[in-house]
Amino acid sequence: MNSERSARHGIGRRELLRLAGLGTALSAAAPLLSACGFGGGPADEGGSAADDVTGAFDWKKHDGKTVKLLMNKHPYTDALKAHQAEFTAKTGITLQIDEFPESNYFDKVTLELQSGQGGYDAFMLGAYMVWQYGPPGYLEDLNPWIRNASATHAEFDPADFYPNLLTAGQWDFTNGNPLGGDRQWMLPWGFESNVVAYRKDVFDKLGLVPAEDFDGLIELAKTIDSKASSNGFGDMYGIAVRGSKEWATIHPGFMTMYTRLGLKDFAVENGRLKPLMNSPEAIAFTDKWAGMVRDSGPAGWTSYTWYQASSDLGAGKAGMLFDADIASYFQNENTAAAGKLAWHPGPKGPDGNLNTNLWIWSLAMNSASKNKEAAWWFLQWAESKEHLQYAATQGQHIDAVRQSVATSAEYKDRLAPNTGFLETFEQVIDSTKIQFTPQKNFFDATTSWAAALQDVYGGADAKATLDELATSLEPRVND
Amino acid sequence: MSVTTPSEVDRAEPPARPPSGPEGRRPTVSRRRRRLRPYILAVPAVLLCVGILYPFFVGVSYTVFNFSAANPNPAFVGLRNFAEITTSAPFWNSVRVTGSFALTATAVETVLGVGVALLLYRGGILGRILERALIVPLMVAPILAAIMWKLLLLPEVGWVRPILEGLGVTGYTGTDSPLWAFLWSVVVDAWIYTPFVAIIALAGLRSLPASPFEAAAVDGAGWWFTFRRLTLPMLWPYVFVAVIFRLMDSLKMFDIIFGLTTGGPGDSTTTLQINAYLESISYARYSRGITYMVVLWAAVYLISMILVGYLRRLQNRTAGEAA
Repeated sequence: MNSERSARHGIGRRELLRLAGLGTALSAAAPLLSACGFGGGPADEGGSAADDVTGAFDWKKHDGKTVKLLMNKHPYTDALKAHQAEFTAKTGITLQIDEFPESNYFDKVTLELQSGQGGYDAFMLGAYMVWQYGPPGYLEDLNPWIRNASATHAEFDPADFYPNLLTAGQWDFTNGNPLGGDRQWMLPWGFESNVVAYRKDVFDKLGLVPAEDFDGLIELAKTIDSKASSNGFGDMYGIAVRGSKEWATIHPGFMTMYTRLGLKDFAVENGRLKPLMNSPEAIAFTDKWAGMVRDSGPAGWTSYTWYQASSDLGAGKAGMLFDADIASYFQNENTAAAGKLAWHPGPKGPDGNLNTNLWIWSLAMNSASKNKEAAWWFLQWAESKEHLQYAATQGQHIDAVRQSVATSAEYKDRLAPNTGFLETFEQVIDSTKIQFTPQKNFFDATTSWAAALQDVYGGADAKATLDELATSLEPRVND
Repeated sequence: MSVTTPSEVDRAEPPARPPSGPEGRRPTVSRRRRRLRPYILAVPAVLLCVGILYPFFVGVSYTVFNFSAANPNPAFVGLRNFAEITTSAPFWNSVRVTGSFALTATAVETVLGVGVALLLYRGGILGRILERALIVPLMVAPILAAIMWKLLLLPEVGWVRPILEGLGVTGYTGTDSPLWAFLWSVVVDAWIYTPFVAIIALAGLRSLPASPFEAAAVDGAGWWFTFRRLTLPMLWPYVFVAVIFRLMDSLKMFDIIFGLTTGGPGDSTTTLQINAYLESISYARYSRGITYMVVLWAAVYLISMILVGYLRRLQNRTAGEAA
């Protein structure tokens, strides 16, 4: 009967539904079968939109346009918002700023960039994100814009940025190759060097001085842990560092000390990355670091992000913090420890080096932006001496990425009340750079490294844990 | 005014059908419309299916490519993603964690939920107040509940440590150990979802017939006997519905564990969903992340089919017994 009906009326309802399902599957597979439609292509090898900009530079060229910004909720963004009326008055461009808290900011950036829709013209990112967002072509090369005098105002002065910060935004996307090159994927906006902040009142009362080597730091943390409470400092523990299972646990104090001891994360052999976090020296260091936290760190350490670690210093629960200098700087105001903090570069390496890892909040342009010229007008203003000087002295835009700002009397006067902050900055700045080996799978490598560190902290054998880490990482980072 | 009797109606000629066209034929448009009607009626269902299935098929199709941020022009790799994932230690660790969590959380919530329902069933003012208060955790978004509990559990600033120390428990380290990270995750899940089981069990209790219980009371049956032989068997189909929901939801667990432990310490609380998130979003290896999700979908689908089949048999058996 069904066949009769089919013969009479053509296709039946069931057949229609089956065909609809098949059509759905085919339409879903179509973009894949053509091996495109996956949301992007490799970094653009062709010309830049910057080449289209000609004539004399004019701040008012894009009067009436709107630039959409995707920003992290941060004091740097607060300073921008406080100053944005100046930008609009100068250029006629309106800023539309969407802010997201740091905990989910990069998820939002990843999804936005992956969509390829150009919903935002420019956004904040860290230097490490260039290694992930750069290869698929999500980022606009800013060098053609910087070099075009028609597109960039004469006072932009890229040489004024600290060289290591500018270099951090350059890479050729080849695993293991050093940073640098002819392409500028982001411009540094503000940065953090990782040093030791401590309670000078606790140190004074206990007769302590900052440690000059790693073993000294371990002993110092133990001393604070055991003596602070009995000397009227409450339930204070020795040292706060990050411990949560995420990439950000590795890059501040841990990577800084690791590097000062002369250790490397990866070696490059025949074009392949070889994990070195299981070298005998690295195993010994990891064991000591985990032991230091176990003996003199906070309970619940495996939940510790920058926020918990720095809050403990501000709340008077930690005697020292080995983390971003600005994380502790913000704890020197309106907290229980306000006015009692001091800064020190932290332990030196055996050869006296002060190699320091850093985090750079940067600004980048979305390569899918349909408004690139106006976006660049914003970027060059946000990166200008004019805005950065304002932000660093009237706002909380610290550390300064421009040498002219960092050496200005107004900036130094502002930081002077923070004991040792400027001196520490000046001691480490020349040795402050990205200490990781550039690679596309950075976040997998460092998150897995943090998980292994947690295991060692929990009592697992350091050698077995790090051997397993290296074995499992090697194919993944070379994939 | 004339009156037509029934006999006259029976005898009367049937009324002529109105002409359907100028020549008395039915118009073509009407026939077409009649033929199209089933298809037009099916359009909403087809659109709904397309809306649901399109993203699903796109996701499934990603699993046979090597699409990632580092590789924006992917190549067809067949089932390599499945092979690589299912032969990796992180996958089997997350299968173990996902299974352990789902079974433990579902068991705890079922036992507690039925217990709470039995207490509430006794009535009284306190019972009625508690019945309303119980649903409060269900109104909290799980990720917010996880963050709230994370703060409570932090040894340096949370409330749990002082309470435990007040009770004489020392050495509390929050979620630092794999065991406690797992157990606290179960506790937070139970805090949110036990009321869900309790509400369903309470509704079941209130719908049970009174006569078997009256007969048992007349025969002098004790509370435990009545509970074991009457209440629980009659209530089980209701509770099992809650079990299915909780087990399926627990297998897909992401927000509570991620908010509380980020999958740590180490990989001790890393579920399949957390691995899928890490691969897809944090590491931007989209194909591998979706492969994790497809594997989880297949597992949840198979388990739910088995459980729904069991539920159907259970309901049929109960209906048969009642008849």
